[in-house]
Amino acid sequence: MSFFDYFRSTKEDNSAQTAKERLRIIVAHERNQRSGPDYLPAMKQDILDVIKKYVEIDSDQVNVSLDNKDEELSILELNITFPDKN
Amino acid sequence: MAKVIVVTSGKGGVGKTTSSAAIGTGLALRGHKTVIIDFDIGLRNLDLIMGCERRVVYDFVNVIKGESNLKQSLIKDKRVDTLFVLPASQTRDKDALSKEGVAKVLEDLAEEGFEFIICDSPAGIETGAIMALYFADEAIVTTNPEVSSVRDSDRILGMLASKSKRAEQGLEPVKEHLLLTRYNPERVKRGDMLSVEDVQDILAIPILGVIPESPAVLKASNSGEPVIYDSESDAGQAYADAVSRLIGEEMPLRFLEEEKKGLFSRLFGG
Ligand SMILES: Nc1ncnc2c1ncn2[C@@H]1O[C@H](COP(=O)(O)OP(=O)(O)OP(=O)(O)O)[C@@H](O)[C@H]1O
Ligand SMILES: [Mg+2]
Repeated sequence: MSFFDYFRSTKEDNSAQTAKERLRIIVAHERNQRSGPDYLPAMKQDILDVIKKYVEIDSDQVNVSLDNKDEELSILELNITFPDKN
Repeated sequence: MAKVIVVTSGKGGVGKTTSSAAIGTGLALRGHKTVIIDFDIGLRNLDLIMGCERRVVYDFVNVIKGESNLKQSLIKDKRVDTLFVLPASQTRDKDALSKEGVAKVLEDLAEEGFEFIICDSPAGIETGAIMALYFADEAIVTTNPEVSSVRDSDRILGMLASKSKRAEQGLEPVKEHLLLTRYNPERVKRGDMLSVEDVQDILAIPILGVIPESPAVLKASNSGEPVIYDSESDAGQAYADAVSRLIGEEMPLRFLEEEKKGLFSRLFGG
């Protein structure tokens, strides 16, 4: 086995590393959602309803997230993917 | 004072009942008056793992509904006289447990002088699992080195921090322990299974024990003898270590490496 083969095989075989990376991301995301205020889900729904009054849009095209930067500062992020005009 | 310990996981089939039986038995073997309660209403299993399935007369729900008293419903273990089992009911609906009812049973058990009350939680994050963790002082978060189990464990940690009585009443938080079960060191070494360090990194709670994947567990459940009695086996020894840590003894983790023939006996003078 050559030097490069060695690297390739360890990288391909190491699915545990992939698992850990995926977990790190999803767990952080879910923790962040949990720590959000109780009204967040209802507020998301209201925002979605308002947008739907004007634009035809699917729920999964709207992403609302509250990021707690620190004790003093929280950022509400609203991300809407509008459908193609035509 | 009685210590209420929930064995929980979110995900099903990760080893909660196996661990409840082993750890409860281990505590009793060390002289602590212990009861293991099966919270898995409708899916009673702890009785089989404990080998007392033919002695079930009344169950947890009977006690709560006042159809039997606590003494009648507790099954005294045949092997250790400080150990008791409170079986789940087999047929009733899942909503048979109420917080008031469970609280009363736990109070009565404490009054009976029980030192440890082990609650074997059902899978999921619904009412049944919440009921099992609600009164906990400590939680043994049972996890397999596998993505969905780790994620569910994290969700359970969220529940402990928000839905438990301690959380609701602003008391000192539930003490959390990680119990990693069905661990396969060979696969970890090959890079196709999450390692102890990986899981600890993600969940960030102190480790109570690592239980290797072991044929001894199936053997134990076949015969209705908690695996901790199999003191020759890796899983039995790993559970015994976990019990020691639970009562505050320092113990290095074992069985994290593939077993090399002969090394074990050379090191430990077997
Ligand atoms: N360390 C282990 N090695 C091998 N098999 C194991 C180990 N731990 C548990 N098992 C097996 O895994 C299966 C599930 O175990 P157990 O019933 O304890 O899980 P559980 O979390 O209580 O399940 P449920 O969520 O259904 O209540 C059983 O067949 C058991 O024998
Ligand atoms: Mg179970």
